[in-house]
This record gives sequence, structure tokens and C-alpha cells, in this order.
Amino acid sequence: MIGGLFIYNHKGEVLISRVYRDDIGRNAVDAFRVNVIHARQQVRSPVTNIARTSFFHVKRSNIWLAVVTKQNVNAAMVFEFLYKMCDVMASYFGKISEENIKNNFVLIYELLDEILDFGYPQNSETGSLKTFITQQGIKGQTKEEQSQITSQVTGQIGWRREGIKYRRNELFLDVLESVNLLMSPQGQVLSAHVSGRVVMKSYLSGMPECKFGMNDKIIIDKAGKGGVTNEAGKSTSGKQSIAIDDCTFNQCVRLSKFDSERSISFIPPDGEYELMRYRTTKDIILPFRVIPLVREVGRTKLEVKVVIKSNFKPSLLAQKIEVRIPTPLNTSGVQVICMKGKAKYKASENAIVWKIKRMAGMKESQISAEIELLPTNDKKKWARPPISMNFEVPFAPSGLKVRYLKVFESKLNYSDHDVIKWVRYIGRSGIYETRC
Amino acid sequence: MEWANQLCENRQFGSKMTDSKYFTTTKKGEIFELKAELNSDKKEKKKEAVKKVIASMTVGKDVSALFPDVVNCMQTDNLELKKLVYLYLMNYAKSQPDMAIMAVNTFVKDCEDANPLIRALAVRTMGCIRVDKITEYLCEPLRKCLKDEDPYVRKTAAVCVAKLHDINAQLVEDQGFLDTLKDLISDSNPMVVANAVAALSEIAESHPNSNLLDLNPQSINKLLTALNECTEWGQIFILDCLANYTPRDDRESQSICERVTPRLSHANSAVVLSAVKVLMKFMEMLPKDLDYYSTLLKKLAPPLVTLLSAEPELQYVALRNINLIVQKRPEILKHEMKVFFVKYNDPIYVKLEKLDIMIRLASQANIAQVLAELKEYATEVDVDFVRKAVRAIGRCAIKVEQSAERCVSTLLDLIQTKVNYVVQEAIVVIKDIFRKYPNKYESVIATLCENLDSLDEPEARAAMIWIVGEYAERIDNADELLESFLEGFHDESTQVQLQLLTAIVKLFLKKPTETQELVQQVLSLATQDSDNPDLRDRGYIYWRLLSTDPVAAKEVVLAEKPLISEETDLIEPTLLEELICHIGTLASVYHKPPSAFVEGSRGVMHKRLPARTGSGESTESPDVGAAGGSAPEAAPSIIPSQGDLLGDLLNLDMAPPTTSGPPPPSTGMQMGGMDLLGGGLDSLLGGDIGGSPAMGAGFGAAPAVMPASLNAPVGGGLGDLFDLGGVGMPMGAYIPPKIVWLPAMKAKGLEISGTFARRAGVIQMELILTNKAMSVMTDFAIQFNRNSFGLAPAGPLQVLTPLGPNQTIEVSLPLSTVGPVMKMDPLNNLQVAVKNNIDVFYFSCQYPISMLFVEDGKMERQVFLATWKDIPNDNESQFQIKDCHLNSDAASSKLQGSNIFTIAKRTVEGQDMLYMSIKLSNGIWVLAELRVQAGNPNYTISLKCRAPEVSQCVFQCYEAVLKN
Repeated sequence: MIGGLFIYNHKGEVLISRVYRDDIGRNAVDAFRVNVIHARQQVRSPVTNIARTSFFHVKRSNIWLAVVTKQNVNAAMVFEFLYKMCDVMASYFGKISEENIKNNFVLIYELLDEILDFGYPQNSETGSLKTFITQQGIKGQTKEEQSQITSQVTGQIGWRREGIKYRRNELFLDVLESVNLLMSPQGQVLSAHVSGRVVMKSYLSGMPECKFGMNDKIIIDKAGKGGVTNEAGKSTSGKQSIAIDDCTFNQCVRLSKFDSERSISFIPPDGEYELMRYRTTKDIILPFRVIPLVREVGRTKLEVKVVIKSNFKPSLLAQKIEVRIPTPLNTSGVQVICMKGKAKYKASENAIVWKIKRMAGMKESQISAEIELLPTNDKKKWARPPISMNFEVPFAPSGLKVRYLKVFESKLNYSDHDVIKWVRYIGRSGIYETRC
Repeated sequence: MEWANQLCENRQFGSKMTDSKYFTTTKKGEIFELKAELNSDKKEKKKEAVKKVIASMTVGKDVSALFPDVVNCMQTDNLELKKLVYLYLMNYAKSQPDMAIMAVNTFVKDCEDANPLIRALAVRTMGCIRVDKITEYLCEPLRKCLKDEDPYVRKTAAVCVAKLHDINAQLVEDQGFLDTLKDLISDSNPMVVANAVAALSEIAESHPNSNLLDLNPQSINKLLTALNECTEWGQIFILDCLANYTPRDDRESQSICERVTPRLSHANSAVVLSAVKVLMKFMEMLPKDLDYYSTLLKKLAPPLVTLLSAEPELQYVALRNINLIVQKRPEILKHEMKVFFVKYNDPIYVKLEKLDIMIRLASQANIAQVLAELKEYATEVDVDFVRKAVRAIGRCAIKVEQSAERCVSTLLDLIQTKVNYVVQEAIVVIKDIFRKYPNKYESVIATLCENLDSLDEPEARAAMIWIVGEYAERIDNADELLESFLEGFHDESTQVQLQLLTAIVKLFLKKPTETQELVQQVLSLATQDSDNPDLRDRGYIYWRLLSTDPVAAKEVVLAEKPLISEETDLIEPTLLEELICHIGTLASVYHKPPSAFVEGSRGVMHKRLPARTGSGESTESPDVGAAGGSAPEAAPSIIPSQGDLLGDLLNLDMAPPTTSGPPPPSTGMQMGGMDLLGGGLDSLLGGDIGGSPAMGAGFGAAPAVMPASLNAPVGGGLGDLFDLGGVGMPMGAYIPPKIVWLPAMKAKGLEISGTFARRAGVIQMELILTNKAMSVMTDFAIQFNRNSFGLAPAGPLQVLTPLGPNQTIEVSLPLSTVGPVMKMDPLNNLQVAVKNNIDVFYFSCQYPISMLFVEDGKMERQVFLATWKDIPNDNESQFQIKDCHLNSDAASSKLQGSNIFTIAKRTVEGQDMLYMSIKLSNGIWVLAELRVQAGNPNYTISLKCRAPEVSQCVFQCYEAVLKN
């Protein structure tokens, strides 16, 4: 199991050090600093073995978090734990920075004492942690309150406490997708996938049972078969439903029920959380197409022309469009002409950055640039990194639609109809690249 | 709302914005000041002081001197302060054991506190203080806490048992805590169950043989129930524990799998990977024909792919594991190649791992895509990544034969970039391609030689030297090239030195006359001037070999090399099995068994996959190793990575040979420079010219029969075969005896011998295939090159059953004469390609032209006369057939059996003149006049034909038919 956890600043100074196991000595702190943080070469692996001691690390801005062990620990668990630790810290004091960590070191020790015991991760739900790790002392609690805390921490529904009350029962669903693309210069899709998340903000009283439904092909097909006719079933499932390659759920979702009936039922945590993640690869709407044209004119000049085409309903508007065209390292000057938006050569980033605030569907825009190069005697060819794109569109590129989210709370007197529900779709670019 | 929360929190922690000041104190007399503050009456001041102490402790300052003062602060109802003091205690108690005792009372008291959080805190902290006296006092409170009414206390106590066991295992056993812990597996609270499982698993690890966990169907059922209810971490503990269980039969195995599969949808990657581990392990026990088995296989792919959208560090762990899974069960991810394509912004460790998996998944179906990607990667910036991409191209060539050509041309393109490390890497892989496809791509050698000077890495230098040595006969200046390396011999790495030694010996064996000096030079450098034992030993052995028996030296050093394995870095099967049992853990990241990096008794136990034991009717023999499907067939041909010494020596750093070891050295062996040029060398030189009896037998006799295969180093044993002549049918068509066309050593163990026959007007190729290799051969096919008479197989080669080791099969292949025509030299030469599952082999053989004599070759007398006159005399050729004791009638009837028809017979002065006609399958007529004189064993034969080229062959037929 986890032998210890260290947090360092960018210089390698220890900010937090908590050792759980006897086999980890003080020298482990230094070993990591010397061999990883101060290493001359770039870090080649997130797992390092130094003198029979294994170090796992993640970096958040310039803070290093390292877990150390001498045993055959579950590596996936260690990283999941480190991410969780970051989440917990962030939800307590915001950004993970040297200053915040120093300001909250007592709190961090208290958290580490609670969420890791002898190197075994325990409860790491911020919702329940905040009920008893407050830095305020727990003097004033009654016996009932105390047992409520402990039963929540250890209970089946560790993510939600009893007795939550809202005057207005309301929930927000955000379908957030990032669409990833790798396209060849000839416009052939090399790989494309959507990784999506359904994020829910629930402000619901009591312990509500929720059921979430979307246009999952498997469910729709099943319903179609049981329904009127096969023909009708097909017509509804044709364009309406999407094939989900895989999905994962927040721990509140009953997985065995999903496995057997493919229904998503749960008691939600209070406030904001991620209900599910999913991935699709079929019938993805690629919101933009990038057509690059790079021409080398002699050894000291490049001509670049890039056309972008929007490919969605004309009534919708894409926002925050940014096209990043890489330029060689020996660029001496760039002249750009674009039809729309603003384009600038950023020498520090070795790229031309073309920004367009808004663009409607089924439109097209173009940029052309002349890049002057300094003559070099460097034999190595310029690697031509891909042209990347950023954007935001108000629909889900996977085609996912929320069909319903039903809320049942039998003990309290509000029904599904009384809950105010909001649904929003946002499609963003993930890694959206076109080779040139 | 969220904003409101945030604001609220900021306010809450706003008061502590000054905590960072504790990190800045470095003044003198600090300890003294702290001491005073700790003893202050004001609570706030005390608390501040303890914080300062903890901050100092964190940055590594020794504040142990403050022990009594800090412990004094322990008695407080301020929980925050208490926790800080406990933190201090955990750190320093060991160095101040006597004073630690002062804390015991407070601990014991806290264990009785009304607040469950304080009870748990006390028992949790006590377990972390590794001081004997404290441990003694821990037992009673722990016993109580294990049975506490509050689950929070029980779950903390469960872990505390593991802590105590780590300090004093005997004590835990004596106090009966293990039984209590086992009882907690049936606790009503899922988190208590999970922690009890974690603690028991850890304790069990240090007692490999104890039946501590005692997993049985009942307890497994409890665990599976708890699995649905506990925290994500608890699920990991339970799944990891489940993976140690061995179900009794396939039904139980299936029912566990069914209850574990829902975990594959968990958001926590570690839960997913641990579930994958359980499934991969239990799957071994399921019968493969079961529907559920294939369902399960299908269910595994999507979650594995999803892991790749996690954060990069987790992707890395996932990829290392996928690498194992792909080796164990390639079918799971064979269609998912695209998800392993490298993204420009992936961290380098993710890129390298993806590349590895791409190569493992490469197949004929996706090779075009893979190659296009690899070519793209080879132009990237990161040196390691580019190198690996270049290497990957080479591995694709070896793995997917259809792509070899494209790979080679891609590699040549890359060599043209002249980027130093790209060139070197390309040369290293091209060496392997040469080994895999001999005699196919040697045309690129010239390009490689151009880059000789730029090679500065040992591996590339060694590869280049190997190439020069191996193809010395085709490189005009091989000796100069090798000599240039020799100058700095002692500065080279061992790898290069060994390779250079071998290459020069090879060169010498191939071109003995020009390179004597060179070989002497290298041998003396290796044996006399080097202190590397490996180099010296090899040098001596070559020396002895060359001086004692150069023929043997040739056989050994220039021996055929066995085929190179497709997968060069497969994990050894038993290790792979063990690693599959450790999916998700560090062992699976390192690809090493835990015993390789874990100290002490933990992890020494080797885990194994369960053998398949059927419960029902379908009992098969357990086939653990064979479960992967493809692995066992390939096994014998895989070259062991650390070959035995002999193999290493003989096979020039590449692989052990298929031939047997060197012949026993003769007695009276001497060492010395001059000896090298003594008798041994003479016989070597002689052998090449044809004087040596041993070589003579092989080389001298062979050309008569199979001149086309002159290159083949036919062993002396071949001579025997000529005496083995098959019994020809006296009156039927003449069938030559079968001879070896393709020796086993040329064809990776496949030996082909055969002959041709004409039976009932059909030309047959009669083959004997013998498998002299260790592995089964299948998928035989045959093809002819274009030849003089358009011979072509009339049907496929009928080898229906796989050919096992040491098995022989006879096949006859009907031939047609309607294939494409190309004039060969000699005319009756036939080039054949035989393919099997291992490789394609080429050989050439000669067919007796009598196979082509058709049945309606009897010419009308008049026509004969007219034709005879019509053919110009220039086209007539005359031959002598010696030592033939047949009379003319016997000869005539014998020839008739082979479709050589006697049209007329004339007797002039006691000399029989037989006029005969022959028609070839392509319509060419051959007219003959055979003169037989009674009492004279020498016949004279005149052949007239419009295509005089065939005459020589026809004469050979006469000779063969008449003499057999």
C-alpha cells in the first residue's frame, strides 16, 4: 500500500510530508527531489523506481505530488487517489498553489489523516468530509450529529447526507462533449471520437431517486422491439439514437442495474458532480473541417493557405473559434490575410493564431499567410506539427439527447413535475487536429 | 450557488491566510522560543506553537527536543490541536520511546470517548506508534474498538489490526485479532468489510501458506454483495482480494464474472482495471465454446479503450497493462488499432507505450494505416520516440510479410534524411529484415554502406558489421570496410568487437585468398591484446576451428541461421501469466514480478492463472499455456533472448543454429599463428577448389544432377542419394529416382525430394515432403517460375493434413504444359517456390525431357523421310551412348515405353539403324537415328530437330532410359 505522500514546490522543497509506513525513511523525500524534480532530463515516466522504492507523481501547475511505496501497490489506485486528493484540496481551498498549500497545511494533514489510513484510501467524498473536517473543531456536536456523520462516512450512500432541504427543487443537466479529430492532409479522417460528460447540479430535497434516460441505441432498439411494430422502431432509432461505445458512471449509479437493464438510476450527491462519462466513435458530426495548403517556395519562404468550413445547421452559432497554424522555428516574419476574425503571428508560440468570435453553420472562411524563413544550416527537416483548432458549439457532436430525468422522493411531498429541470448541450473541441 | 459555496469557503479559510509564515522561521534560538510558547497558558498561542513545530518537522528540521512539551498539549478538547500533536507523536515516538509512554494514558482515555470520531482517531494513531510499550497498551482498546457499535470505529480498528501485525505479528495472533478480523467480513457495513478484506489480504501476503483469507463460496458471496455497496476504494480492495480466489469450477467462475462485469462501467479506472484482472483470470477456467466466453471477450474491449481518455498518468498505467492483455489475448483489442494512434500532445511516456501496442496489433488488415502513422512519427522531435518509430517500421516488416517491401523503402527514405540517429536505427532494423527475408532486399546494401562513417552507436556499428560479414561475397570492398573498423578495435564496445571478429572470420571463409592477413590480425587482437574473456574465448575457438577443420569451420560459421521471430520482445509465458494476475499493480507497470522489486517476504509468492477444470461434461485437459491460442505453435521457433553459450558463439550474436555443434576437435591440436596457415588452411582452400575429398563429394557430384542449385552447400551425404536409385519400370516410362531438391537446412526444416513421371499421358511431379523441424507445418502451396515448356501445376498441392515434426508425406502433383513460357538454361530447368506457414522457399530442379514426349509421337514413314530431309544438316547433332548392352529390339521397346517410337529399322553391315520419332508437348518433333552394332556397347545417335536446343536434353533422356 501507499507508504507516504509528499508535496513539493517547483524548487523541490517539501511542503507536506506524511509517511504511513515504517519502510519509508526520510531519505525517500530527498531521493525523489534529486532523481525526478532536479533531474536533468525531462521526466520520462510518471512512475520511477529509485533504489527499490517506487515513486508515483502528478504535477498540478508547478506543484509536485508524489506517492512513495516499497510494495506492489495497485498503481491505478494510486493515481486515482492522487487526482482525488487534488480534487479534495481544490474544493477546500481552490487552486493548488504553493501559497495555498502553505496556508492550509494543517488542514491538509488533517485530510491526509482521514482519507488515507495506513496507506489505504478511505472516504474521499468532499461532501461528507466537509461535515466533519472543518478546521472549526467539532465540540458543539450532539451525539445524533456525530453518529450521523460516521454513518454517512461509512455508509452505503457516503456521497449524500440526510435531511437536505430546498424550497425550490431544481436541477441542471449539462451535456459537455469534447470532439477529437485527427485528419490527414487529404481530408481523410484518421481517427475521431467524442468523449462526453453529463454533469449534474442537483438542488433536491431529501433522498431522491433519480432515473436518467438518453437516446442510447440499445435502449431505443429494445423499446422499439417491444413497441408497436418493428418498422416504427427502426424509423425512430434510425437517426434519433446513438451508439455509445462505452460509458462509466459516478459511484452513485447502480452499476448492476445498468448492466442488467441498461437503466441509469441513482440517488444524486448534492450540488455539482459528474454523473457519467461516455465515448462514441460512430456518426460523429464534425463541426469544422480544416483544409490546409502548405507550399514551400524555395528554402526561405512558405506559403500557407487554410480554409475552415463549418458543418452544422445555419441557425446555430459556433463561438471562440481559434485556429493554430504552426510555423517553423526559423521563421523571421509572417504576413497574414484573413477574411474573418483576427490573425496574429505569435513568435513565442511558433504559430499563427487565428481567432474568430462567432461563425454560423454552413459557412466558410479562409486565411492565407506568407512565412519568411531565415536560412539555416540545420539539416533536420521541420516536423510540420498539425494544425489544431478550438471552438465551442451549442449542440452535442455525438448526437446524444437527454430523453428524461425523473425524480422520485416518496417521503417528501414533491413530485417529478415540481422539479424545475434545465438541460444544456455544449460541444467543445478536444484535440482537433489536421495534419498538413 | 457554486459561487456562493466558494465564497463561503474562502471566508472560512480566510482567517488562515497567514499559516505560511510558519515555513519561514529559521532564526537561532527557535527551539527555545517554541518551548516557551508550547508551555503558554493561552490556548491560541499553544496551537500556533504546535503548528510551527509541525511546519519545521515537515521541512525536515529536527524538533524532537520538544517532545515533552508537545505531548503536554495532548490533553485538550480541541480536536485540531489534538490531531497536530498526534501527528508529531507518530513522527518522533520511535526516537523517544520512553517519553512516548507519557501519551498512553491519553490514548486509552480517548478510546473510551463518547465521540466516535475521537475513539477512531485514538486507535488509528496508536497503531502508528511503533513503540513496544505503547503496542502492549493498544491491545485492549483495539479489542473494544473492533466490536464498537459505530461502523466508523470498526473500520478504523480493522486497519489497525494490520498495523499491529506489521509491528508484532505474534501479538496479533496470540490476541486472537485475526479471528475477529475474519468476523468483520460479515459485517453489515460495507466499508468495514472492505477494510477488513484489505487488512486480511495484507496479513495473508506475509504468510503465504496460511489459509488466512479462507475464501469459500460463502465468503465470496459476501464480498460480492459488499462490492455493490462500498466506496470506490473498497471496491478495489475487494476486487484485488477476489483475484486471489480460485473458483472450484467453470460455473462458479462464470457466476463471479457475471457479478464483476458491471464494475467495468465504474468511473474509477482502478476499479475497472481490478475488475479486468478478475475477469482475465477467471476467464481461463471458462470453456471456450461457451457463449458467455465470447460475450465476456466483447465486454472487455470498450472499458479498456475508455481508460485511454483518462489523465495521462493513468493512461500510462492502462497502456502498460493493455500491453500484457494484448499478449495474452490478442483477440480482445485486435479491431481497436486506431485508439492507439499517437497524439501530438501526448506525453512522451504515453507515446512510447502506444507505439509498442500498435506494433503488437499490426496485422495484414491494418498494416497500411500503421505504416502511414509510423512514417509520420519518424519525423517528430523527440529522439527516443523517433527511434522507436523507426524500429517499429522494421518490426512491421518482419511481422507482416506483405508489407516488407514498403517498410524497406520507407526505411531507405528515412536513411536519406541523413538524420544521424534515424540512420543508425534504420540500419539496426534492416539487419533483422535481412535475416527474415534472405536474398530479397540485399540491393539496398550499397545505400547502407554509404552511411558507414556516420554510425557512432555500438548497436548500429555491430549491425552494419554483421551485414558486411554476412554478405561479404557481394560487397566488393568488404575487406576494406571491415579493415577500417579494425583500426580502432580496442576502443570499440564489446558488442562491436565480437561482431567484427565474427564478420572477418566469415569474410575469410568466403574469400580466403585475399583476407588471410586480416583474419590473423583480428584473431590476435581478440586473443592476445584483449582482456575481455568473451572476446578471447571466441577468438580462440575460431582460431582452433580454422586451424583444425576449416570445412567444419565453414559449416559452423556460415551455417544457415534459423528464422527470426516475429515478436522479439514477447514476455515469457510464465511471467506473462504471473503479470496477468497482477493487473493494475506496480508489477504490471514494471512488467516484472513483485519479487524483483519488493523487499522481504511480501510478494514473493508467485501467482498463477488457474487451470481450466470443467464441472460438467466438457472436461478438457487443462491448457493453461495454450489458452492464448496462437502462442504455442510459434513457440519452438522463437529465439530465446539469452541463448545458450554455444548458440551465441556459433551464430554470431544472432541466434543458436539448427545444425549440431562443431565436430569434435582432433587430437594434437596446437595453437599458434603459423598453425593457422598449416594443414588446416590448405584443406580449406582445397575444399573450395574441389580437391578436398570431403567437399569434393558434395560439390563435385552435385552439378551433374542439379547444376542450378550450385549455390547450395550440398553436404557430402548427398552423394549417397544417387545410389539409391528408385526402381524404374522396365517397360513403362522411365522415371528418374527421387533426389533431394530442397535440403532441410535451406528451408527451415522442410525437406523436399522428388522426381517427375509421366503416367497415362499425364505429367506428374512426385514429391516427398519431410518435416525435420520442431513445429508443425501447414498451408502448403506450390508455384513454378516460367519455364521452357510452360510446365505449370494443374491443381493445388494436396497436403491436407498438417505435417508434424518428423513426418513425411508423399504427394503427386499433376502438371499441365499450358503455363507461361520462358526459355531456361539449361532447357529443362524448373524453378519452384514452395510455401508453407513458416516461409516461402525456392529451389530449382531439372525434369527429364522425356516427360514431355507425347503418346501420339509416331510419325508416318513418308512424313519422316520428308522431314528428315527438310531439316538442315546444321541442325543435326550426334552423340555417343556408352556401355549399353541392350540389343536393338530391347532398346526399341524400352524407348517406346517413354514415347520414343521406332518407325523403321534397317540393318546395314551388322549394324542396326533405328529410325525414331518423338513429339514434344509443345508440338516440336525430334527425329532420331540410333545405330547399334552387335557386340559394341557404344551406340551412336543422331538427332535432327527444327529446334536444335532440345537435342542435348533428348540425348540425356536416351541415355537415362537405355541405362535404367
